[in-house]
Amino acid sequence: MTEPLLQLDGLSVSYRTRRGPVPAVVDVSLRLNRGESLGLVGESGCGKSTIAFAIMRWLAGRGQIVGGRVLFEGRDMAGISREELRRIRGKRIAMVFQEAMSALNPCLTIGAQLTEVLKFHENVVGPGAERRAKDMLAEVRIPDPDRVFRAFPHEISGGQQQRVVIAMALLANPALLLLDEPTTGLDVTVEASVVRLIAEISRRFGTSLLYISHNLALISRVCERIAVMYAGEIVEEGPTRRILTAPIHPYTRGLIRCLPESGADKIARPLSPIPGQIPAPWERAAGCFFQPRCGYARDGLCDASHPPLIGYGKGSTVRCLRASEIEPGRIDAVAGEAPPAADGVAVSVDRLSKDYRLTPPGLRGLLPFADPLRIRANDHLTFNAASGRTLAIVGESGCGKSTFARVLTGLERATGGRIEVAGTDLAQLSVIDRSREQLRALQMVFQNPDETLNPSYRVGRQIARVASRLLGLGRRERAQRVRDLFAEIRLPAGIADRKPRHLSGGQKQRIAIARAFVGNPEIVVADEPVSALDVSVRAAVTQLLMEIQRAHGTTLILISHDLALVRYVADTVVVMYLGQVMEVGTTSQVFSAPHHPYTEALLAAQPKLEDDRGLHAPVEGETPSPLDPPQGCPFHTRCPRKVGTICEISRPSEQVTPAGHRMACHIPMDELVRAQERATT
Amino acid sequence: MTDATKAQTTPTLRSLLAESPILIAGLSILGFWLMVAILAPWIAPFRPNENLVPMALPGQRTPDGRLMLLGADHLGRDVLSRIIYGGRTVLTYAPLATLCAYSVGVTLGLIAGYKGRWIDELLSRFADLVLAFPVIVLYIVIIQKFGASGLNILIAVTLASSPGIMRLVRGVVLDLRTRAYVSAAQMRGESTFYILFVEILPNARGPLIVDACLRLGYVTITIGTLGFLGLGIPPPTPDWGSMINESRHFALVFPHMAVFPCLAVSSLVLGFNLIADGLRELSLAD
Amino acid sequence: MARLIAQRLFNSAVSIALVSIALFLIFELSPETVAADALGQYSTREQRDLWLAANGYFEPMHVRFLDWVRRCVTGEFGQSRLYNRPVSDVLGPRLAASATLAALFFSVLIPLSLGLGIAAGMREGSMLDRGISFASILTTSVPPFASAVLLTAIFVFWLGLLPGTSSMVDGFRWKELILPAAVLLLYDFGYLARITRASMADVMQTAYIRTAALKGLPDWWIIFRHALRNALIPPFTVIMLQINWLIGGVVVVEFFFAYKGFGSLILEASLTHDLFLLQACTAVSVLLAVGTQTIADIGYGLLNPRIRVAAAK
Repeated sequence: MTEPLLQLDGLSVSYRTRRGPVPAVVDVSLRLNRGESLGLVGESGCGKSTIAFAIMRWLAGRGQIVGGRVLFEGRDMAGISREELRRIRGKRIAMVFQEAMSALNPCLTIGAQLTEVLKFHENVVGPGAERRAKDMLAEVRIPDPDRVFRAFPHEISGGQQQRVVIAMALLANPALLLLDEPTTGLDVTVEASVVRLIAEISRRFGTSLLYISHNLALISRVCERIAVMYAGEIVEEGPTRRILTAPIHPYTRGLIRCLPESGADKIARPLSPIPGQIPAPWERAAGCFFQPRCGYARDGLCDASHPPLIGYGKGSTVRCLRASEIEPGRIDAVAGEAPPAADGVAVSVDRLSKDYRLTPPGLRGLLPFADPLRIRANDHLTFNAASGRTLAIVGESGCGKSTFARVLTGLERATGGRIEVAGTDLAQLSVIDRSREQLRALQMVFQNPDETLNPSYRVGRQIARVASRLLGLGRRERAQRVRDLFAEIRLPAGIADRKPRHLSGGQKQRIAIARAFVGNPEIVVADEPVSALDVSVRAAVTQLLMEIQRAHGTTLILISHDLALVRYVADTVVVMYLGQVMEVGTTSQVFSAPHHPYTEALLAAQPKLEDDRGLHAPVEGETPSPLDPPQGCPFHTRCPRKVGTICEISRPSEQVTPAGHRMACHIPMDELVRAQERATT
Repeated sequence: MTDATKAQTTPTLRSLLAESPILIAGLSILGFWLMVAILAPWIAPFRPNENLVPMALPGQRTPDGRLMLLGADHLGRDVLSRIIYGGRTVLTYAPLATLCAYSVGVTLGLIAGYKGRWIDELLSRFADLVLAFPVIVLYIVIIQKFGASGLNILIAVTLASSPGIMRLVRGVVLDLRTRAYVSAAQMRGESTFYILFVEILPNARGPLIVDACLRLGYVTITIGTLGFLGLGIPPPTPDWGSMINESRHFALVFPHMAVFPCLAVSSLVLGFNLIADGLRELSLAD
Repeated sequence: MARLIAQRLFNSAVSIALVSIALFLIFELSPETVAADALGQYSTREQRDLWLAANGYFEPMHVRFLDWVRRCVTGEFGQSRLYNRPVSDVLGPRLAASATLAALFFSVLIPLSLGLGIAAGMREGSMLDRGISFASILTTSVPPFASAVLLTAIFVFWLGLLPGTSSMVDGFRWKELILPAAVLLLYDFGYLARITRASMADVMQTAYIRTAALKGLPDWWIIFRHALRNALIPPFTVIMLQINWLIGGVVVVEFFFAYKGFGSLILEASLTHDLFLLQACTAVSVLLAVGTQTIADIGYGLLNPRIRVAAAK
């Protein structure tokens, strides 16, 4: 057997904290051969990034390797000198980080940051280095290497920054590339093209990859093998195909089960969330770490001894005492309930527009003749939300979906158009002008669990305050209402006495949902309610939101960028791009041909578990600045189906089918159907 | 989460103190001076304005045999007693002036940061205007125009410090007002007053408390400086700065008259600075 | 970049305009007190009225304001009652003397504080770091007037090494500058060192320093090329803004050591109610403060490419 490029032997890493040493990585063994790509998947806090830093011997501050070895090209990384380590970093092992913006020095040009790699690893400087750097920028598909070479990091887009970081890592032609969540924070279409680039590069340069991510679907597009981590240890490892189709460890199964399957909806295949939450390192259970959340756990066995990692068939290992008893494969779904029939329109949006004026900074903004910059965040939006159903608004960042939520809820005032709710136009009615009844009837669930609750007060008090403001309840009735709601969101009543910082993200988001439902609102707006949560928690919160909605017969307006979630939850879908509505239809209309070309691009970019060949590029380029939107159809700059100059000149009028499917495109719908069906077969 | 771990994450005051010796040191110094100021009439050996033996050296005794531990000044007043009573003066005026400056600065900062638009522009401009003056010039001009008195010192400190506090608060509010919990409060129809003082202000307390301690030290220095320049609280009220001012002509011959008040004011400022540093350290560790 | 400079200059001009109105209102709003200050408190009512009429104080407000601005701009601040000479004649040498003191102060302060701050910030938590942090808390707690007394007691009274006054009666002597500069330094170096330390420590924690290290760049290159430029932005701004604080320290120090500089002049003007002299001193100090603030803003933009672009957009 040839010597592996990288080998981890029982690696353990601990962090020194005020609580004493906290084990972040526990007894991890891995092998990575030359030219191979291995995915390391796990949720936040499972120790996956720590492994990458331990390989690089960069455990900043309090981290310490407390056991095991890291062998790179047969050498123990612990035993080498500082100078040798410096020569390995960047030259033999390179790393690509999440959030490229902060990984690049703001004060140096891209060119300076690229050429210094060559200066110190290959002693190449001057024009030679510049040429190599520009060639590499071209390799990572940067359209204008000369300009980018001279630019500062903040002068290029987020997707380009990530490409620059990848170029920087590849410059010295390393043997191993460590990727730590390289697409976090990028839009789906950009993410798809960056992932495609990574896969391509590993093939072309023969670089070995260790790809770290929480996103199983993304990893499966790039890696041949996958290792699943939970609570600091590897629970299952094996070939990608086998992990996806026949997972053994209950955690792996759970992870796959709680991803909304593309193509499934809430009736055919409801999510089955993993119960509970990820334990903090000092809260790990006795025996198997996963046992408290595991449906297969058996008392007296799983909580008695810690399971070892055992071989399972060819090239697979699993850490489960009951591995041989559990049938490999997925758990069967239980069919969900169909929603009650719709009985009318809850929200009617008619040509709604919202402009933001950016006043120039300083005094000039006060001058009457100063020309304010305008951003049209919402441009003549028109659609209806059926009462008791779920309407989803999808689109990438900057498409105006959150602006719409703020206008609807009265946090902003519309510039033009109408939003009719219960016979009243709310478009110009900001929160301070709305009556208590209007406030009660329309509430919101916010995105970021860390900001949604006031850190200074106990959560029970915060819910009670809503009950007193919106329902005018007295002290005893308030307490009762809080207890009822906590039962409804399935949290122990004792949690009401905690402050938000003692709660997990999932718990906070549950409480945020409870807060929105205190006054039994007719309409709830949920702005990316689960996007900040860990995968295994996400499903449970989504489930809860849907249950509460069904129980109260609430109209839900869901704002999301996640098409799989939308397809799963929504009844009606609105697709937005640069402030405009591209397509409106029922979920089945939007998710089957004909699609608007932008919807098509979004669908293609969506990482899929089942689909190994999903590497075709949906669209290139990035969303234009809303400050300077394209003329004509806003999508024409990136549209792969652009028909000609008409797309650049005139804004397409809306096509409507008798079934109510609407889209704004110059290509007739029946032509789109033919083209799109050809592409998929 | 079990109760045991909950106890770990909400440290008691005692465990906080154990983690920051700096904070303990600062609180001890401040505590010492507070005790001295409160107990002044009982612990001071003489009345502060009692004329005993002019220019007495430390350790000298009065004719009736009482010890003047730190000596006496040019008018024969006991230096130790004046330092003890001077502690009363500074520990009255410094916190009072800081409190005034904070009330004004916090209120304006909350309004400017939350309301934005023209009212922010106006208030920020006014703050720039005041901050354009070198602080000492501002004091000199105000005291010159309105005369030296305790009240005028309060007014001058408030005018000079509140713009800085306002800027700090405004910055924090600009950050906090976009938080979802503020939107949630707006969506249940809370008043602006409630949002500012109940939803936002408590979450700004971290940086504000640290700043307040630093500012207390700074105001202590300011009051001392004004006294030293002869612009402070008029005599014969015992005041550390004025003591140094009155005795500086003798500093080359009888340094004790000036040195001890200097040590007093420096130690009090050190106390405030240590508290600020300890609190900052704790807030970073959290 | 030109746009950034223009914007900052415009802002400063507005500040100065507003300040001048404020100064005018403070000093000239009530002519009676002006006359009392100019003629002394024992002057009669008739004398004051005559003086006011002669100096145009019965003109309308806006005329007086414009005249006042004209006098400020041309430097004709009037006659100093205290020195019985034109104010500008008194001001010049005093400003030069203070500038000498400031130059000595800055030439020691900047290398000392930046050096210590960077050394401490590079190794957060080391003995050096703790030592510097403790020393700076201790020294910034001693007000300038106190350290003036303490240093005099040590170096003049007990050791007899240095002169106790800096009046330069026997011509200019460097030795007389040492104590005043030392007092200013003692109070200020710790503050600047702490700012530098915090900034350096922050930069060393950033993701881009980590990237640089994991690119396999040598330590000296990381410090000089990647860390220093980013880390020195806040201390640079602080140094420029020191001028505002420095004037305060200078007043105390010059007063204590009887140094004939700008700081002691402003105090003399105030204590003797020499109105025109005080007006001139105030105007000069505000100009200094606003001027350095403008330079700080522009320099900040030059050092930080992100600001440059934001301003150009």
